[in-house]
Amino acid sequence: MPDAPGLELIRGEIEQDHPGAILDTSFDRGQATLVVDSEQVLEVLRWLCDAPGQGYRFLSSLHAADYLPATPRFAVHYELLNRNRVERLRVKALLADPSAGPVTAGDPPPPPVAKASSGVGSPTAPPAEGLPEIDSCVELFPTADFQEREVFDFFGIVFRGHPDLTRILLPEDYVGWPQRRDFPVGGEPVTFTYNERQYG
Amino acid sequence: MADGLSSPLSAPPAVETEVMTINIGPHHPATHGVLRLVVDLEGEVVRDLKPVIGYVHTGIEKSCEDKSYWKVIPFVERMDYVSFFFQMEAFCGAVERLVDLEIPPRAKYLRMIFLELNRIHSHLVWLGTTALDLGAISMLWYCFRERERILDLFEMATGQRMHTRYFQVGGVIEDIPVGFEEKLRKFIADMPVRVGQYEALLDRNEVFLQRTKGTGIVPRERLLELGVTGPLLRAAGEPWDMRKTFDYLAYPEMDFKIPVGTVGDNYDRYRVRLAEIVESVRIVEQSLDALPEGPFIADDRKYVLPPRSELPTSMESLIHHFKLVTEGYRVAPGEVYYAIESPRGELGCFVLADGSAKPARVHFRDPSFINLQAFKDMAVDTYVADMIVSLGMLDPILGGVDR
Amino acid sequence: MRDRQLRARDMLRGDLEGEELERYVEEKVVVTRFEEMLNWSRANSMFPLSFGLACCAIEGIPMSAVTARYDIARFGAEAGRASPRQADMIILSGRVSIKMAPVVRRLYDQMLEPKWAISMGACSSSGGMFSNYAVVQGADKFMPIDVHIPGCPPRPEAVLYGFTKLQRKIMGNPDQGWRQRYNAAGTEEWARGGPASTPSPEAVEAYEVARELARA
Ligand code: SF4
Repeated sequence: MPDAPGLELIRGEIEQDHPGAILDTSFDRGQATLVVDSEQVLEVLRWLCDAPGQGYRFLSSLHAADYLPATPRFAVHYELLNRNRVERLRVKALLADPSAGPVTAGDPPPPPVAKASSGVGSPTAPPAEGLPEIDSCVELFPTADFQEREVFDFFGIVFRGHPDLTRILLPEDYVGWPQRRDFPVGGEPVTFTYNERQYG
Repeated sequence: MADGLSSPLSAPPAVETEVMTINIGPHHPATHGVLRLVVDLEGEVVRDLKPVIGYVHTGIEKSCEDKSYWKVIPFVERMDYVSFFFQMEAFCGAVERLVDLEIPPRAKYLRMIFLELNRIHSHLVWLGTTALDLGAISMLWYCFRERERILDLFEMATGQRMHTRYFQVGGVIEDIPVGFEEKLRKFIADMPVRVGQYEALLDRNEVFLQRTKGTGIVPRERLLELGVTGPLLRAAGEPWDMRKTFDYLAYPEMDFKIPVGTVGDNYDRYRVRLAEIVESVRIVEQSLDALPEGPFIADDRKYVLPPRSELPTSMESLIHHFKLVTEGYRVAPGEVYYAIESPRGELGCFVLADGSAKPARVHFRDPSFINLQAFKDMAVDTYVADMIVSLGMLDPILGGVDR
Repeated sequence: MRDRQLRARDMLRGDLEGEELERYVEEKVVVTRFEEMLNWSRANSMFPLSFGLACCAIEGIPMSAVTARYDIARFGAEAGRASPRQADMIILSGRVSIKMAPVVRRLYDQMLEPKWAISMGACSSSGGMFSNYAVVQGADKFMPIDVHIPGCPPRPEAVLYGFTKLQRKIMGNPDQGWRQRYNAAGTEEWARGGPASTPSPEAVEAYEVARELARA
């Protein structure tokens, strides 16, 4: 981990090359985070990867999170790793929800047994309007391929320029983005004697 | 592969052939679970391949958001069901970093013992099933013989064979019972001998050597680009092991080596894993020798259940117990990514706390999921039979891939 | 042994007569119905589908229960078949996701009659701990199940026990479970309305269709 002053140094250097790219930094529980503008995330990643003295060339993990009551609502996290210095750095790109306004309840969950989807790899129709978008980093880090698809699958975040952005873990005809905070967990209540009236 | 056979792999054949798309799985005995592969074949040569996953997607990450922190532990265990202790460690470690809780030394050593036993267990399951795919059925019986002994140890200490829920935030739930150490010592004395026996069975088996040597090679740079970690990366000659590079538990005090391969073919992958079993045995032995006395769980009543014996006598303990069990503890907002070396590579756990008693997001960076991306590189332009070997040596656990 | 073989030969030659023959027949011949014999042999030479879904697969038929310590071969079910067309029994070992459910159903449909299904573990019996959007809450929502084995994961011994229960069921002598032992028949709990409730119109219709098909 770069320590807190190291993080500020990195911030300063990036700001020279890409003014306005870094929105904030945080150093919390020993982990350094750069909060970046989602439009410039690719430049920042490339800079961290290639700039002399940096070399965060290994993308450990790419995942998203939904900070529901907050705005901007989503964030995509890039856990970068410098394997020579054994340092981790988290880059966090904040994304607003374009379909914002009042918080809508998630799409209704489908019936438990969804239809079989036999076709493989048929690219879905261009993703619906109203989804947050961010640049894909597959060119830079080929490992992001599956992980970006997973984020798309669960959060409905569209990665511009991803070669094959389809659902990966859920059936292709699934409706909804299950890991958003406003999506119901689902499942079934179990009937016991005490709640028989309610569900029985 | 003999020279005469290798020609169709590279050069396009003189006769015109048709590319045929074949679907393998999701129910197929050689896909180690419910993996589906859509393969383009030209004769017997794989030209393109696409893994289709998600057939055991369980929504664990979503379920975790609905449970208080200590109830999440059994959920995360069931992701990668062959290395359950590692999931527990990743999650408990992440929460410990979130709440800034130091675990006592004895708990560190106990955790290491169980983690390394679990690593051996995982590699044994891998060896048995992969050898089965290669036609060496007897290996399954020998590997599962030793596996049962490990599971006996787990059962003795935790009460369950699999999915033990032994690690807690702050330490482990119980001390090891009387007689455990003796049994464990017997096991670690036997295990290196057994590894020698496996080698004797496989290493001079012509069929096994022919099918593994020189197949499924992916260059080291490409593996790094694809984010592959664990034995696959080490077999390609990159000595990257998070037990050495990062400081977690008491691994810095242990003396062990990192086995690396030279060529990066399937045979190297097999050798690296067998060597890792022996190294794990050494770690278990050292941690058992150095096992410090003292408490096995931290003494912070805010996060750790009070010991059972205090409940009848101390009102305060009773209240703590009640609060922890019904409501759980609150964690100040923050986010932590904590990664450890699982039998398959970097297992990372990302926990986002929003100040309530339930995590706002639990995400696992599962090594099988990431490593599966390298499968295309391993299998394209090889024979179907080699593809099956490569898949076995990749060792994906579909529960971990799909979560 | 040798003596018996000699006597068998004697009988075949017609040398055994009178009382000797009677005694021999009493000792050696069991009279049964053909159906029962068929069921007996079915129950004792089962071909399970070697099919694993999740964690339970490692403890169940494809792996642990087959290996040396538990050895399901003692009950005649060690010959796992990879193709559903050759299998008699499917063990659902693990959680069935909404993506997998159609596949499982199809596998079950491809098996030849007579066929049996065991649901192993909490997940495939009821959804288990995963009460969420991705898991089918109980495999009997989409296919008939004969025996449920509880546990998470069930021990291999439990799998063997469940399997012997299935064998008794096949032999036409099904185990009534604790209700019989404690004389508690009639205490079953029924979801939605109880045993006397009228079937839904769809169910009546489906039943009619099935009867039509059977008659044709
Ligand atoms: S019942 Fe338990 S062990 Fe079996 S598949 Fe479900 S979670 Fe895994």
